[in-house]
Amino acid sequence: MTEQSRIDIQNVTKLYGKVPAVNNVSLTIDGGAYCCMIGPSGCGKTTLLRMIAGHESPTSGKIQIGNEDVTDKRTGSRGTALMFQNYALFPHLSLTDNVAFSLKVKGETAQARREKARTMLDRVQLLHLADRMPSELSGGQQQRVALARALITNPKVLLLDEPLSALDEFLRLRMRVELKRLQSELGITFVHVTHTQPEAIALADQVVVMDHGVVEQAAGPREIYSKPYSPYVARFMGGQNVLSGLVDGTGAGGTTVRTPDGMLHDLQVVPDAKVGAPVNFSVRRDHIRLVDEAGQRNGTRGKVVNVEYQGTYVKVALDTGSRDEFIVYLDEDDFYSATRAVGDMINAAWEPRFNHLLVGTNNSTGNPHEE
Amino acid sequence: MAQISNAKRGPAFYFLAAFFTLFVIFLYGPMLVIFLLSFQGSTGGLTFPMRGISTHWFNDLWTSSRYGDLGGAFRRSLVLGCLSMLITAIVCLFAGLAFRRRFWGSGPIFYLAIGSLVVPGILLGLGISQFFQLLGFKLNWWLSGLGAHLSWTMPFGLLIMFAVLNRFDASWEEAARDAGARSWQVLAYVTVPILFPGLIAVALFGFTLSYDEMPRSLLTVGGKNTLPIEISNMTTNVTTPALYAIGTLTSVVSFVVIALAFLAIAVIQKRRARARSGS
Repeated sequence: MTEQSRIDIQNVTKLYGKVPAVNNVSLTIDGGAYCCMIGPSGCGKTTLLRMIAGHESPTSGKIQIGNEDVTDKRTGSRGTALMFQNYALFPHLSLTDNVAFSLKVKGETAQARREKARTMLDRVQLLHLADRMPSELSGGQQQRVALARALITNPKVLLLDEPLSALDEFLRLRMRVELKRLQSELGITFVHVTHTQPEAIALADQVVVMDHGVVEQAAGPREIYSKPYSPYVARFMGGQNVLSGLVDGTGAGGTTVRTPDGMLHDLQVVPDAKVGAPVNFSVRRDHIRLVDEAGQRNGTRGKVVNVEYQGTYVKVALDTGSRDEFIVYLDEDDFYSATRAVGDMINAAWEPRFNHLLVGTNNSTGNPHEE
Repeated sequence: MAQISNAKRGPAFYFLAAFFTLFVIFLYGPMLVIFLLSFQGSTGGLTFPMRGISTHWFNDLWTSSRYGDLGGAFRRSLVLGCLSMLITAIVCLFAGLAFRRRFWGSGPIFYLAIGSLVVPGILLGLGISQFFQLLGFKLNWWLSGLGAHLSWTMPFGLLIMFAVLNRFDASWEEAARDAGARSWQVLAYVTVPILFPGLIAVALFGFTLSYDEMPRSLLTVGGKNTLPIEISNMTTNVTTPALYAIGTLTSVVSFVVIALAFLAIAVIQKRRARARSGS
């Protein structure tokens, strides 16, 4: 199964007019993996998904599923099933007939296909509604029907286009768990397009971060989150502060970078770094302490502009005079041990090992509504 | 809702209510008058007062020879209406589906298609009759007449089809393709069934617009008249309430057609409801 459901995308480009929606993307999604494609709207993630499903054909490049070239294969005959963002349930058919649709076009008898459809509906716990029409269902129920309709084709690859975006927060978290459980039960490849970072991190074996039609980074969720490739990935996935500075000194033990506020930061060795060259690096928000005395290295100083109590931690936003707000996640007890109010100047510091070099040069903010 | 009825009604309310009442009287008053007068007594005339109530003038329509080939004209109009209905519904379905994409020349083609709505019908009829004769065809109600009617019903049908397609979600078709359906299966199992109530509306317009179309018919039907032309001729030489009787009859036919259309929609919905109850 694993080998059969691997997806190989080779140099795929999709042009709309002269604008590339997907620009020379090469990507391998392991068979049986849960892959999340994430990026701001217009980054090409949905186009890529639709090309895997065969609803769009690439301008150039090749798509293979399980070593079989499916680039020009008809939709619905390449072992994929797509779950649409708005579910696209047929409004004129009962749930049973919705789920049985793919069997109907294959020519199975009414009785045989309805029986199988009911089995599948049972699997998504909707058998008791088998004779209802889609318009009579809640959003969460409609989604289960869409899932059943996709799975009855026995796909090697299930493609999900923002499957959770239409649900409320509570249902979203529940369906998230269910999707993951289903994927490990079936052992097939899931490719899930989303624009929600926690969703991607929580679900995926492989996270593919896209921007402007190219894959910015494809890796496991822990690597994406704690070792982002570029300032864009760091900002878009969240949880990081992005800092920029110039190389101040180089040595065998590491590279020293000076940020505009005069602070020095000890980084790992930056390859080919010359003194004065610009360098971006990031520091995780939850690896920062507040200190009383301003230090010289691996820290910053700023005015508190916002404090949000988050339950498990306290989110403090500092204005350090740079482009991005500097955000610190603090332990509740640590933060409230001293009185710090909006408007106060405070000092932050972190251990040098938490300085993470950002190799990539994509410096966009990615998502304007990022928290 | 409650808020509106609790609010104090200003003079605007009474003005608009009066205006609307007048509008309704104007709309249905004449029809009601014709309906009443068609049941005029056998000694009654074209105007009130009623001299008794009878179905004399309906009988007169069938039995008297004064009214020319009324039965034939009615039959021709009915056949013409049905032909227009079928062709309009089928062509407009596919034209509407095609216009969902911006294809090369789609703008000019659309305006060309709609343009014939603006041209005065009588002129268009003249043009069509000349054109058919130029091509060597004899004018005939089922040939040049049908063409003239289609120039009227199809642009209308296309506009209605656009409105119908506005609520049609293309991802239904994609979902069908994704499930492995071929083009004809997408059309037969998804597109047409979902659009069917709207198609009935298109067909209904195709029929009624053709059934009472006169300007485009006048010069194109050739030797045998359709019903509207026949009635128009009657108004100049018939001076009895039989004129009203034929008005009542043709209106009844129109209403029956509309009722049938609604019935068809209701039956479809019932069938879908039955699918729901699991039989």
